[in-house]
Amino acid sequence: MGLLSDPNRRRALISLLTRLNAPICVVCYMAGVAWFMGLAFEPFTLRTYMSENAMGSTMVEERFPAGEKALATGREFAAHKKKAGGMPVDWLVKTMQSRGLEVFTQRFSRTLPFPDENKERYMVKGTNVYGILRAPRASRTEALVLSAPCTPGDNNNQAVGLLLGLAQYFRSQVFWAKDIIFLVNEHDLIGMQAWLEGYHHTNTTGMDWSPLQGRGGSIQAALSLELSSDVITSLDLVLEGLNGQLPNLDLANLFYAFCQKIGVLCTTQGKLQRNDWDSVSGYSHAVQTMMLMVLKQASGRSWGDHGLFLRYHIEAATIKGINSFRQYKTDITTIGRLMEGMYRKLNNLLERLHQSYFFYLMPSLSHFVSIGYYMPAFGLLAIILLLRALDLWVQLTAPPPRTEDGVVDPEQMSSPGVLSVLTPLVISHLTGVALYTLPIRFQEMAVEHFPVSETEAVVLTAIAVYTAGLALPHNTNRLLSGGGTEQGWKVLKLVAVLYLAVLLGCTALINFSLGFILAITLVPVAAFVTPHVPKFLSAFIMIVLSPACTLLFSVFFFQELQEMPISFLDGWMLYLSVISQGILDHCLYGSLVYPLIALLVYPCWLIFWNILFWK
Amino acid sequence: MKILTLFSLFATYSSGNSINIEENAGQFFSSGHTNNWAVLVCTSRFWFNYRHVANTLSVYRSVKRLGIPDSHIVLMLADDMACNHRNPKPATVFSHKNMELNVYGDDVEVDYRGYEVTVENFLRVLTGRLPPSTPRSKRLLADDRSNILIYLTGHGGNGFLKFQDSEEISNVELADAFEQMWQKRRYNELLFIIDTCQGASMYERFYSPNLMALASSQVGEDSLSHQPDLAIGVHLMDRYTFYLLEFLEDIHPASKSNMNDLFKVCPKSQCVSTPGHRTDLFLRDPGSVLITDFFGSVRKIEITMETINLTDPIQQVELSPVNEELQIEKYSYADQLPVSEIIHQKPKQRDWHPPDGFILGLWTLILLVFFKTYGMKHLKHIF
Repeated sequence: MGLLSDPNRRRALISLLTRLNAPICVVCYMAGVAWFMGLAFEPFTLRTYMSENAMGSTMVEERFPAGEKALATGREFAAHKKKAGGMPVDWLVKTMQSRGLEVFTQRFSRTLPFPDENKERYMVKGTNVYGILRAPRASRTEALVLSAPCTPGDNNNQAVGLLLGLAQYFRSQVFWAKDIIFLVNEHDLIGMQAWLEGYHHTNTTGMDWSPLQGRGGSIQAALSLELSSDVITSLDLVLEGLNGQLPNLDLANLFYAFCQKIGVLCTTQGKLQRNDWDSVSGYSHAVQTMMLMVLKQASGRSWGDHGLFLRYHIEAATIKGINSFRQYKTDITTIGRLMEGMYRKLNNLLERLHQSYFFYLMPSLSHFVSIGYYMPAFGLLAIILLLRALDLWVQLTAPPPRTEDGVVDPEQMSSPGVLSVLTPLVISHLTGVALYTLPIRFQEMAVEHFPVSETEAVVLTAIAVYTAGLALPHNTNRLLSGGGTEQGWKVLKLVAVLYLAVLLGCTALINFSLGFILAITLVPVAAFVTPHVPKFLSAFIMIVLSPACTLLFSVFFFQELQEMPISFLDGWMLYLSVISQGILDHCLYGSLVYPLIALLVYPCWLIFWNILFWK
Repeated sequence: MKILTLFSLFATYSSGNSINIEENAGQFFSSGHTNNWAVLVCTSRFWFNYRHVANTLSVYRSVKRLGIPDSHIVLMLADDMACNHRNPKPATVFSHKNMELNVYGDDVEVDYRGYEVTVENFLRVLTGRLPPSTPRSKRLLADDRSNILIYLTGHGGNGFLKFQDSEEISNVELADAFEQMWQKRRYNELLFIIDTCQGASMYERFYSPNLMALASSQVGEDSLSHQPDLAIGVHLMDRYTFYLLEFLEDIHPASKSNMNDLFKVCPKSQCVSTPGHRTDLFLRDPGSVLITDFFGSVRKIEITMETINLTDPIQQVELSPVNEELQIEKYSYADQLPVSEIIHQKPKQRDWHPPDGFILGLWTLILLVFFKTYGMKHLKHIF
């Protein structure tokens, strides 16, 4: 007879399952965390390599000569920017036209749902300027984009100067097979979003922009340049985009290959690679780099102007020039040569980058872990939820223990139907909906009644709704028909555990870092919460492991990893600004982290909170 | 006096020669081949396969320089590198770095271009099965006196050559195509050169006579490319063809280099892979085969001032066999439908086995006797 159809064996298996459930869960959890930490250990990673044949072993001698001229252009740009108090549109148009590009502008305007205190903007109006270098002999079917942001103050002037210098140099070559679009975007991500929406004729975020007059074909790859100094010591590659999406690994491989060829120091997450992987400090360095990438990916923010391209299946990355205190400086001509080499290789592409991985983690620029290697870490955590669900199922379908009152038992068995489960579910989700909609909707009311600014009003309303949800169990129990029963909470927990498993699984597929971080904190909660555990201790642990506190700890951890530790008060202010940025990201660019947490994860956590206080 | 002597000597000499010319006419027409053809194929497309086009064009250049006219060359290039948008020097294909040698020029005649280079078209060209509307420049109009040079380059593997990134030709197909050519008497002698990875696998299956084959690498080895050009950004040539071209640049129409010199082109120290060759199907000794027999179009010319009357049928001079075993057999068509092999007149002898039913009955009998003796209770141990 089969393993599961033989009743004796089935009973044996089930008793094994129920006896060993807690130990197996603990072992799986430790294994999952250990696997994740082991990902940064160098023998478990793979060296990066170029997967795309068309970009393979071709080598070109880069000849970009005009670094000084680029710096002079950058200084001119700075002067005009100061004079115009924003984007010097006329000067840019004239300069690009004199370099032989087809120049177009795009206006856009957007009123943010509440003022952005980090960047000090509320009603944003701007202009994007872009010039298209038409390929001399090719038809206008494909394009590459090089962009530099126009930021207020003294930043990124050299980036725009280098962009214009490269435009002039590229214009004199005949070997371009794709159009190259040189874009200077105002108000960084907002301008980029307007440009991309105009280019692809979509309007997902309700922004107001003028249609684009000139187009270049489907964009194959894009690079965004951020350069604020005349000389640099290293180049940093930023890969994380909106919703944790990453560009194809081949783009990172290309960058690394050129860094090695030209001899520029290259970093990722601002950390330089080390060679001593077998020492403790070397390993912890790799872990720190990987954790930085995980935290950045989990936040769902776009960490450079490139992040918005990824949604349109355009591989994009941001290259930042960093000037630190090292002795050896790289001048701008070398950076120009690196960009020239990268663009020549991208020029050879015949199809979009698709040969290499789209899902990976990078403990350093020359090593990566692909999805096949990091997913088991999450799988081990998800198994805990499934084991718990099996355990609950077994308990629910086991024959009821004999009591003196034989009549009540069938009633007790049949009463935990759908209805008693539905009430906590619905109420939790309504709270989630409240958390999602109330902060923005009632900010004016909050500002009237309290002496806070709009941004603070929004954030504090969010925290208030979150905390108010904690008081719910006392109310839902009253609403429950016939009071809570032993079976009732088990059914609710079964549903909640499966719901959490599906939710975390789907999240981890799209944004592994977010899924994993949520899993690490929520899976212990889900596994061990019952109404019978000590109430105060478990309530405290649950609050510590709730999504809001996870975010708080992540903020502090992130600052630690970047070697800029902050005090608690500063950390709290940073935490509030992170929440407001998350809400803004969702409204402006369509980031899904805030709705996910508010509408799905928080109600799930509330259900477990309800179970804890089940009567 | 002296003039008279000279005149009489000259008269006897010329009359002697005129007698010799008539006799020698038979010898003149008994040489192996009378015309030369070349089929040069590049099977790869895409910009990063620039070197395969450069390979083929280099061989084309040598072959044309040594005398084979465009009408006798079938040039198949799968992609257009000269006019590719990525070419920094449009309308050129270079085979030496620093742009020393442009093999494209303005007198290159490509017969099959782009997507016309397919396995089907290649085989049709070889076997001559082309639709009547095909122009002459796309046909291989070879006869039984043609020496054909076939040069293939591209990406290959063990037993196949990739055409256009979408299909392959196998070594068996190629060998069968050459057999078809042999049966239709479409060649006198054929030299097959292939420059791909594991190229030697392509000539393993040849079985027709008068084939000589050269390959740039053995099975299990990769053929490597030679030099990248830092301005164009691609590899310009493959090693084997590069050294082949260097060797051919020294050949001129009157040179007497033979095939043994060709076999020595690109030793392992230069090529990294081991070039291979196959001569067992070839009837002549490779040392007696001139390079120009295949690469050039050298006509046998004897200048005479005499008139020759070709009224009698020319007597073919029988070449005395080099070895006693080498018999010149009469040519005949292979048996197209070997009926006797298809229809068996009597069955083949197999080993004798007792009939099946007998063995089954025997075992049943044994089992019954066993259970009768020891009782039925043992039966349940079987089932």
